[in-house]
Formats: sequence, structure tokens, C-alpha cells
Amino acid sequence: MTDQSTGALLTTPLDSLHRDLGAKMVPFAGYDMPVQYPAGILKEHLHTRSGASLFDVSHMGQAFLMGDEAIEAFETLVPGDYQIMAEGKTRYTVLTNDQGGILDDLMATRIAGGLYLVVNAACKDQDFAHIEAGTKGRADLQILTDRALVALQGPRAGEVLARLAPQTQEMKFMTFREVEIAGIKCFVTRSGYTGEDGFEISVPSAQAQDFAKILLEAPEVELAGLGARDSLRLEAGLCLYGHDITQETTPIEADLKWVVNKRRRAEGGFPGAGVILDQLENGTERLRVGILPEGRAPAREGTQVQDTDGNTIGEITSGGFGPSVGGPVAMGYVQIAFSEPGTAVNLIVRGKALAAKVVKMPFTDKSYKT
Amino acid sequence: MSVKYTEDHEWISVDGDIATVGITGFALEQLGDLVFVEVPEPGRAVNKGDEAAVVESVKAASEVYTPVSGEVTDGNGAIADDPATVTGDPGGSGWFFKVKMSDAGELDELMDEGAYKAFVDGLD
Repeated sequence: MTDQSTGALLTTPLDSLHRDLGAKMVPFAGYDMPVQYPAGILKEHLHTRSGASLFDVSHMGQAFLMGDEAIEAFETLVPGDYQIMAEGKTRYTVLTNDQGGILDDLMATRIAGGLYLVVNAACKDQDFAHIEAGTKGRADLQILTDRALVALQGPRAGEVLARLAPQTQEMKFMTFREVEIAGIKCFVTRSGYTGEDGFEISVPSAQAQDFAKILLEAPEVELAGLGARDSLRLEAGLCLYGHDITQETTPIEADLKWVVNKRRRAEGGFPGAGVILDQLENGTERLRVGILPEGRAPAREGTQVQDTDGNTIGEITSGGFGPSVGGPVAMGYVQIAFSEPGTAVNLIVRGKALAAKVVKMPFTDKSYKT
Repeated sequence: MSVKYTEDHEWISVDGDIATVGITGFALEQLGDLVFVEVPEPGRAVNKGDEAAVVESVKAASEVYTPVSGEVTDGNGAIADDPATVTGDPGGSGWFFKVKMSDAGELDELMDEGAYKAFVDGLD
């Protein structure tokens, strides 16, 4: 693991901007990243649900996978149908292992001549090695080390970006365009991981500061850090890799069965297809569900979930306080018999059994532009 | 009435044999916005260093340790009802609990204001 005291942390192209604006920096996935700004996580979270927030996500990995056979080769690694997609469309998918477990979750966009990939920071080296090995001789992986990535998220993100680039106004959620903003060549995807409308925008590293400053000049836009990003995605019911999904969880157990697209269900041809298609047919022993504590105490990752008779039936994988919900929210895995929304469960917090119930996610309404 | 401090960023104010315990402004700054507070029930026996209360921010849960042994005489229900109120006055109305001390000698091991300030300055 990377230790802050060794000085071995990597920095993003926006590092000095974060420091100038008073960010509290923490080590995350080998990078020195802003966990919050002076406003604090609560305000940053709530602002993202009412205005527009700018997040630095430059630690994430970006790459092109190019070549005539890039789509077919990529499909040997994921359960998604990319052949059916038009150029400019983005789809969330997972890299699976031979046991059906999840190596990472990622966004892949069809572009002219191949795919544009965005993967998690903590997994990017392994992901890229895995994708390169898995597509060798059929596609060319080009890792983009000279581009920053920012997310502009919130109900007012659309109008902010439309003022700078009118052609983004008509973009639908999960679509991609190359757009020039103030002379900066941007890859704009209408997507995000907060449960809000918004964009992820890739810009050349050298122009990242200029670009961020242009966005911050908009009166609707405030900075938000990794702390708010985490509480936002939790309320939206979205998985955090390494916590809610891992090599030990399959997409079916994780309630992500929609990532296995129709043609792939029929054809298979991705790692772990035997396990995953069997689970689609016959079900799983456990399922990721939303869990709403009835009291005020948050239940954190690792909290034991029990039935009302005191038998252990699962574990919380993400939990905390949901600022928009105004109370604690959590998700985790429970035995399938307890996965129905409305099921009463207990959470063991500091030795006490706290009442909670299984609920449908998201905890807050999503507001994607469809 | 003297105020002492711990390395875990609790403050303790003593009036006779009753000690009032809270968390310092520095602790609050490190935690960020508080979203949950749990305070002990009156009558609970505590030993110096025990976890006596809980504070949670959006990010994480932390314990508040009692700097002295004795019996809890009061927990601050107002901050349990509205954790955000600690933020306004951590050293006053944002107190966590009161303990009837069984060994006032334990206070001697704690830092005074000057020592605590130097301790905090040394953390940066």
C-alpha cells in the first residue's frame, strides 16, 4: 500500500488547484486526492443534488482499445453487448474472472475505430494488463496518461455545460461526444456516478487547470471531493469496487444482472459465463440489497446483518449517512430468503442489534437525462 | 474550574468531583460535519480510557473516551438529538457527558491548555 509519509503518492493535474482552494487531501488508490473542501462533505453532497459540482477523478484510468476487431475482442472479457451499440454510446460493464467474480467495473464507449474505456484508479494497472493480454493480436490498447478527467454532476450541470458548448445540450445520458471548449479538446460523456445528471469530461492534462477554472467561474458550480462522491453514489445505490463488488461477488449476486445483455445471455463467451448464466437461470444464494436502518446510527462496512431471531444472514458492504435522505443508509449482501424489500433485519452496531429493513435502491430519485 | 485535555482530543472541565467531558475544536475540525452522536446513560460505571460516547461524521465513526474513572451522572441528550449543534460550541453547550470522579488523581496525567496547544501544533 502507498504510505503518505513516504512521499510516493501520485498527484493529478489539478493538484495545485485543490491545495489553493483549501482541500483536505488524503491518500486514495496511490494518489493524493481531495476528500473535501472547506464547505465540507454535507454541503458538497447537497449542492450536487441541487446545483452542479465539479469532481476531480483524474486518478481513474483512461484508454482507447482500437482496431477492426476491438469490439469482438473486448467482448471476450465482459458480459456486455457492444456490437449492438452505435458509435457515441456508452455502457457500464464489468470485467469478470473465470469464477464469475468481478475484476472491476468500468465505462466503455464506442468511438470511431474502437472503444474509449474509463476504469477505477485502484484497479487500472491490473485492468489494462488484463485487457491487453485478453485482446492481444486483435486490438491495440492505448493508455491515456496525458489526460485529466473531471466530473460535472448535478441537475444544473446540463445548463452550465450548454453555455460553454451548446452541442452538449441535446446529449442523452450514456452518450459521448468530442467537443472543443475554449479551445480545449474534450471527450464528453453524459454520465457519472452520483445518481444525478451530469458529465465526465476528459481534457489534456496541460489544460486541466484552465478547464476547471472555466467551469468554476459558473455561479452554479462548486467543488466537491471524494467524501461527497462516496455518499452520493451510496444514496444512488451504485456499487463501489472493492467493497460492494469484488472478485468474490458475481454480477448476479450484486444485482447487476442487466450488465449481461440479451445476446450474451444466449451466447456466453465471457470469463465465468458458466457460473453467471447458471445463476441467471437458477438464482443465487445471496443478493446485494439496500438496507435502511430505522434509527439514527449509521451501520458501516463490515457490520453484521442478522435476522430477527439473531442468526447471521449477511454483511454490510457500504454504509453511512445519506445527507439527502437525512439519515443512515447502507447496502450489503443478505441470504436470498431475506432479500425481499420490506424484510425486517437487525444490524449489529457496537454490540447492539439495531432494527433495519431491506429496501429497494436508489435511496434518492435519479435524475438522468433520457 | 480547570480544563484539561487528552491526546485523543477530549477536554475535561472539573467542578468539585464532577467532570464534564467533550471534544475539542481540533477534533471537530478533523471529523467534519457530525451526523450521529451517542452519549452514555446516567449510572454507567466507566474506567479511564473506556469508550463512553460515539461521534460519527459522514465519513467515519469515532469513539469518545472518558479521561477519568467514575460513574456517569449525565449524557447530553441535546447533542444526541441534533449532532450539528456540537459544531457551534464544542467547548460549551456541546459537552458529551458528566462523570462523578472516583480518583481525582487521574487528572494529573492530563495536559493543560498550553501543553495541549503544543501537542496539536506538533501534529501538523
